[in-house]
Amino acid sequence: VKFIDEYRDAAAARQLAAVLRKVTTRPWTLMEVCGGQTHAIVKFGVDELLPPGLTLVHGPGCPVCVTPLEQIDRALEIAARPEVIFCSFGDMLRVPGSRTDLLSLKAGGADVRIVYSPLDAVKIARDNPRREVVFFAVGFETTAPPNAMSVYQAKREELRNFSLLVSHVLVPPAMDAILRSPNNRVQGFLAAGHVCAVMGYTEYLPIAEKYRVPIVVTGFEPLDILQGVLLCVQQLESGRAEVENQYARAVQREGNRTAQDLVRAVFQVVPRKWRGVGEIPQSGLGLSEAYAAFDAERKFGVTTITAEESPECISGLILQGIKKPHECPAFGTRCTPEHPLGATMVSNEGACAAYYRYRRQP
Amino acid sequence: MTPDFTASCPIPIADYPHVLMAHGGGGRLMNQLIEKLFAAAFHNPALNQRHDGARLEAGGASLAFSTDSYVVRPLFFPGGDIGTLAVNGTVNDLAMCGARPKWLSAGFIIEEGLPMETLWRVVQSMQQAAAAAQVQIVTGDTKVVDRGKGDGLYINTAGVGLIEHPQVISPASVRPGDVVLLSGDVGRHGMAIMSVREGLEFEGGILSDCAPVAGAVLELLDAGLPLHCLRDLTRGGLSAALNEIAETAGWEIAIDESAVPVAETVRGACEILGFDPLYVANEGRFMVILPEPGAARALELLRQTHPDAAPIGRVTDRAGGRVLLKSRIGATRILDLLTGEQLPRIC
Repeated sequence: VKFIDEYRDAAAARQLAAVLRKVTTRPWTLMEVCGGQTHAIVKFGVDELLPPGLTLVHGPGCPVCVTPLEQIDRALEIAARPEVIFCSFGDMLRVPGSRTDLLSLKAGGADVRIVYSPLDAVKIARDNPRREVVFFAVGFETTAPPNAMSVYQAKREELRNFSLLVSHVLVPPAMDAILRSPNNRVQGFLAAGHVCAVMGYTEYLPIAEKYRVPIVVTGFEPLDILQGVLLCVQQLESGRAEVENQYARAVQREGNRTAQDLVRAVFQVVPRKWRGVGEIPQSGLGLSEAYAAFDAERKFGVTTITAEESPECISGLILQGIKKPHECPAFGTRCTPEHPLGATMVSNEGACAAYYRYRRQP
Repeated sequence: MTPDFTASCPIPIADYPHVLMAHGGGGRLMNQLIEKLFAAAFHNPALNQRHDGARLEAGGASLAFSTDSYVVRPLFFPGGDIGTLAVNGTVNDLAMCGARPKWLSAGFIIEEGLPMETLWRVVQSMQQAAAAAQVQIVTGDTKVVDRGKGDGLYINTAGVGLIEHPQVISPASVRPGDVVLLSGDVGRHGMAIMSVREGLEFEGGILSDCAPVAGAVLELLDAGLPLHCLRDLTRGGLSAALNEIAETAGWEIAIDESAVPVAETVRGACEILGFDPLYVANEGRFMVILPEPGAARALELLRQTHPDAAPIGRVTDRAGGRVLLKSRIGATRILDLLTGEQLPRIC
């Protein structure tokens, strides 16, 4: 596949790894922010090519993982109603709530549908005027523009039977929270390329300056990641702390202005709870007042539902890069993808699931 | 006989009080369902071989016996339909036992209201597929269910084939050092179905690989090649087939990812949806595991049917039954079964 194979070339990867070994003189700990990067690192074995002492810890950038338990419970409560067609991206369906998950609810007769775009959910609403169509709007800045577009269109068409259950989160406040933590061990970041394709990277400049950390906007293929690591290490070794762009083929400094304007028109910044981490101020998006009529939480009166995480799950520490999945006593024993204790084991992009799938010893 | 009220369900109800779609997805859950529920209840020497069909001895003849049900939606897809699938699927299961497929049964479960024209087209496809695979459909059954109780049409076929050679083709015959050959490129059927089911149109189009493979297998046997194991790739794709064989054989299999042929269009479609082609369904591809000395000749024969046939790996001398994959950039990882179905990712 053009523009993919070039970034998975074995000889080029070995070359980059050799350069990386040459420039690395001290142990460093870097965090890749995005779950897509974690998945690629473990799937392709990128970390096996790194010099000893250079550690990648896996960040909170998996939207499935950080969606709080109570938001899943709210989704389940709404999806169980007979008048509701509940639409979601595929990988949210397996995430366990307090008692059940969307796949089991579907097996029990609920109308739960996988869609590929929130605009498909708008179409379902148009085609089923007597049903209530709810879309589970999950994700980072990457999925915010299409999700915003769905409500924008629904409002224009006056589709009163369409609403969003919003659980949007933002990357920069999470990075800030990680760096503020007294247990922080992250010395440099690979920022999530797709988030930056939408938002640009100017919002990372104050973080790099305030905490003196290099931040490299990085893509998702093995060579992207190796190059991102190299740029980051080069900065650390020479005492710099700048924002650099490895993923220039997709990311521009200012990002996609049209998408940002749409997001700002539909959503507003709100405090948001992150699964395993807790509430981070100004770290999420919720529907703005102008679109409040499309807020499924209000429409179905589920705002009061709350839930407690399994006390055994250390996904909070994993998502902050403090622990690695195999350091959890429940990993692979009481916690497996079939019976996950926490969301990092559920999602394909969760660090625990990636380790379980690709690293488990027989 | 008094029913035994104390016998408890071997899959704890607390885990799965309802059957999920993933229980039929060819991954870990389906494996558990078969092992813990079906095999636990029905176990016998023929079933315990865990092959695509049972090998049976009767009146001096060796027979292969297999069955499969077909519930594909939509009924017609690029490269085939439920009828071609129903004939080829069972023909291929018999071929994987090293048998010459001879006779099929066909059971039709038809939803009230199905256009007669549709049924006729499916039956014609079945007739053509049977003729191509040189099998006869010799018995059948028809049931009609209420509107809304079926997806238009379900078909079950069972088949009997003759095993005309003394080789024991089964995972238990697999030995360290054996070579793993793949009969063609993978992932076509699953992505062809996705393209029509989800309304995704891929440039160039993707046709299902649905085809009978018995001819290719019989050629290998006629050439006198010692085949240790054969397995067709269906649900769960190459990964499921490799894992099942490795686990049953008890040996580790090591595969080279860059050696696995995947068509450009299939790879592109998989990238868009976040799927791994190694887990995507096939309906006309199989794996051959055989000792090194015969591998070159076998590959030559396979390439006459499909130019993409390729050696993809080897059985190692490490016990344990896992599958290792050398990634494109040269690192090694486990190739595992999927827990459930592949679900399209958020981003």
